[in-house]
Amino acid sequence: MVRDYLYPEYEVVRDRDKCIACRVCERQCANEVHRYDEELEKMTADSSKCVNCHRCVCLCPTHALKIVKSDHTFKVNANWTNEAISDVIRQAGTGATLLASMGNPQEYPVYWDKMLINASQVTNPSIDPLREPMETRTYLGKKPHKIERDKKGDIVPNTPPRIELSTPIMFSAMSYGSISYNAHASLARAAQELGILYNTGEGGLHKDFYKYGPNTIVQVASGRFGVYEDYLNAGAAIEIKMGQGAKPGIGGHLPGAKIVGDISRTRMIPEGTDAISPAPHHDIYSIEDLRQLVFSLKEACDYKKPVIVKIAAVHNVAAIASGIARSGADIIAIDGYRGGTGAAPKRIRDNVGIPIELALASVDQRLRDEGIRGDVSVVVGGSIRNSADIVKAIALGADAVYIATSALLALGCHLCRSCQAGKCNWGIATQVPELVRRLNPDDGAERLVNLVNAWTHEIKEMMGGMGINSIEALRGNRLMLRGIGLNEKELEILGIKHAGE
Amino acid sequence: MKRVYAKEEWCLGCHLCEYQCAFANSGLKNMVYALKGKKINPRIQVEGDNKISLAVQCRHCDEPLCVYGCISGALSKDENGTVVIDTEKCVGCFTCILSCPYGAIMPSDDHKAVQKCQLCLNNSVGEPACVKGCPNRALVYEEIPD
Amino acid sequence: MNYDYLIIGNSTAAVGCIEGIRAVDDQGSVCVVTDENYRVYGRPLISYILWGKTTEEKALEYRPADFYEKNNVELILGVKATKIDPKKKTVALSNGETIGYSRLLCATGSRPFVPPMGGLETVEKKFNFMTMDDAKALDEAVTEDSRVLIIGAGLIGLKCAEGISGKTRNIKVVDLADRILPSILDKKGSEIVQKYIEEQGVEFYLNNSAAKLENGKATLKNGEEIEFDVLVVAVGVRANTELVAEAGGEVNRGIVTDLRCETTLKDVYAAGDCAESYDITTDTSRVLALLPNAYKQGYAAGVNMAGGDKPYDDAMPMNAIGFFGLHVITAGSYDGEEVVSGEGNVYKKLVIKDNKLVGYIMIGDILRAGIYTRLIREQIPLDEVDYELMLSRPAEMIFPKAVRANDVGGAKL
Repeated sequence: MVRDYLYPEYEVVRDRDKCIACRVCERQCANEVHRYDEELEKMTADSSKCVNCHRCVCLCPTHALKIVKSDHTFKVNANWTNEAISDVIRQAGTGATLLASMGNPQEYPVYWDKMLINASQVTNPSIDPLREPMETRTYLGKKPHKIERDKKGDIVPNTPPRIELSTPIMFSAMSYGSISYNAHASLARAAQELGILYNTGEGGLHKDFYKYGPNTIVQVASGRFGVYEDYLNAGAAIEIKMGQGAKPGIGGHLPGAKIVGDISRTRMIPEGTDAISPAPHHDIYSIEDLRQLVFSLKEACDYKKPVIVKIAAVHNVAAIASGIARSGADIIAIDGYRGGTGAAPKRIRDNVGIPIELALASVDQRLRDEGIRGDVSVVVGGSIRNSADIVKAIALGADAVYIATSALLALGCHLCRSCQAGKCNWGIATQVPELVRRLNPDDGAERLVNLVNAWTHEIKEMMGGMGINSIEALRGNRLMLRGIGLNEKELEILGIKHAGE
Repeated sequence: MKRVYAKEEWCLGCHLCEYQCAFANSGLKNMVYALKGKKINPRIQVEGDNKISLAVQCRHCDEPLCVYGCISGALSKDENGTVVIDTEKCVGCFTCILSCPYGAIMPSDDHKAVQKCQLCLNNSVGEPACVKGCPNRALVYEEIPD
Repeated sequence: MNYDYLIIGNSTAAVGCIEGIRAVDDQGSVCVVTDENYRVYGRPLISYILWGKTTEEKALEYRPADFYEKNNVELILGVKATKIDPKKKTVALSNGETIGYSRLLCATGSRPFVPPMGGLETVEKKFNFMTMDDAKALDEAVTEDSRVLIIGAGLIGLKCAEGISGKTRNIKVVDLADRILPSILDKKGSEIVQKYIEEQGVEFYLNNSAAKLENGKATLKNGEEIEFDVLVVAVGVRANTELVAEAGGEVNRGIVTDLRCETTLKDVYAAGDCAESYDITTDTSRVLALLPNAYKQGYAAGVNMAGGDKPYDDAMPMNAIGFFGLHVITAGSYDGEEVVSGEGNVYKKLVIKDNKLVGYIMIGDILRAGIYTRLIREQIPLDEVDYELMLSRPAEMIFPKAVRANDVGGAKL
């Protein structure tokens, strides 16, 4: 309707002097922003269709394009922001829930940026990681409470099943369906090359990727899509997804239109049927119920695979984690409120959940207090943006981190947050064949490997600076962190001192 | 020898290779000056649509029909196996256009001679510009053993 | 003197033969005997030399200056081979010498055919247009004021017309046939090219002939009189088959060869304009006097002479030719179902027979014609290609995915 018109938030700016009218932008924009006008003999752009994904910006051979934030505005109002007003107008027009994707973009504190890392000076020497061995190898899973020996005094091998990682980084769950075949292929290949794991998400495992099993975590979510015995045994670990940071407390819905071909086969549901993941697991209403599922899954794979329980970081996360640790799970994965999604109601994404930094600190502390920290490993995700975030997470008590948004950025994502439209110009969050083709896994896997290797180098640099030569010695070592600009309560929850103390 | 191979599976039909080719062979340092307002006549040609597409350029055949049929000796194989054109010798009879099974030789802009991919070995780029400029590794420059 | 390989003739087939021999045998002795006084040159270039598009020096660079030296070839210029003795395996030369050979290639080419024309002997400035010397003599004779009469509206006559057009546009062409280039074009194609050439100032007298010639004047069959200063006779060519015929080898219009390019005389091979080859588009053996065929036939002969095994089994008529900037490419036979398109000076005819492309004509727009040539040469069944796309334009995309992957993707079929 005319009265619903909203001026585009971002505008396409073309440098006419530079544009050679090669029409690459036109061919590459699935949103049909660019068009060559035969009469004017010029390229034109319809900014209202632009999602600001930068595909055209990157591919323009003369760099004639940029996308700028529009200076068009409502009367400036600190309360009724442009976004707040626009959302109301949109909903008044449609009557619909606002859909969004990727992680919570609102201006909440980022605690990673309010913590600083220590370094050695004089009294204990720093270590040069280029000259001395620096261990980032990480094992995830239960640790035996004590060493058992047989009558001869030899150690009894009683280690429960574990995951071995060359570096404390894993690719977090993204389903085949929410992301493309080529995105999955890239993640799987990179995980194999790096000696880490990727996660199938709840969409099942494409038959082509069973060969990456030793580097795969298979997920069991409330919809149970694609779950069967071979699937459970295909990976190195099984993850029960109880919640997701971007949309705690709600389920998922992949429209029937996207359930075609391989996606339908992999999810094991008929073509055209909606894939609805219920908000809860309908067989889990208590820790006891969860324990039943944990052991059902362990039984199904002969107790050879560790079981991960993934939850969203919510208000009473420490108590929930304690319950999970007692359910028999081997690993707890916690997803913070900045965690990404392929589609979520905007109000949920932007308002539900808590920061992963606080969740991690309180969970680690609670498990220690209860003496059960060794029963589980803790993996955190939800906007790990760089290697420093990882070092801080590990110092706060994490065993490893999950990355997804960063991984997608490596694959070409420019965080336009339009995944829900299914027309990802970078070939990631789409199933349109000609868009999917834009992500060549040869390139994708290489870029993921580059990213993780670069971060691992940086982690070693920072560890060396702290005089630490093993990631084990950093784990839970909160003395290596200081807060900056944090109040007493925040420092207390994080369990760290303020800078200068 | 190293050749440019086109991987249809990854070709996006974006035509960037054609523009990189035209620029590389323009002898100019700035793509805008080289190509703005001009109809390009690249040595690599993208066929197809946005569903299936493929870039075709000289295959540097082991038995080059263009060289065999060249009436002036302008086309020859150099010591590396690259099929090269001496535009000074070429008279523009287009027998090579008649002969090339891939349609990879075309008249130069002035139609006085023909032009073809010489793997950018003859221009300032020094390595195939199409491969360098391909956003999806649909073009690779490598040696495939027999 | 004895050579492992003796080649009579020094044009494209000879070069192909030398390169074929050297692909297999880098040791054997090779000798080339030619009655011309030039190292090898691209014979079709003579019209381009006249036209100024190239020079004699560049034409002589058909192969690099060190070609004979590098290939270790003895080159005997200005000497004619007069007799082959296939039993003794010797060749007698016009200088009285005799050369022995182990394998012989007869690449003697062709010569102009001059039909009986009353009064031809009275014409002072009359020329053929086959060799460098012909071209040089013609160039000397033609001035800006010259009125030129060309007998023959075929490839040679019309290329000659183009060649001298830089000096004079007073050119008249007479031909017995009712249209130009009948050997390579259909009626419509002839019309387009004729009209275009006429627009350049050349006049045609078709369905006609020079009934009587005097010095400076020709009286045509229909009575018309044409005054001229220079006469060029370009009616046709005849293969030089005598050497092989006299030695007992089988000869039709050209020297008969098998697929290995060997004549009926043992160890005597033939290639180029003097020889017949098997035309895959008509399923007949015939002379295909075309440079690409000469090279390939020569090359195959060379490989086979040196003990290799290379059949010459994909010959067909094909021409790429341009007149005053209008380009024409044709190939194959025109016997079959026709699919015609184009307008103005752009014309395309595809000829299809038994599920195969057997021939085509492209005028004006000749881009990527070689893809059609490939369809003919490789006799690819048309139900295996994208037929509609093939009709609309030549493209790699007409082939199935596996073929495309093999052609350009580095995959093996």
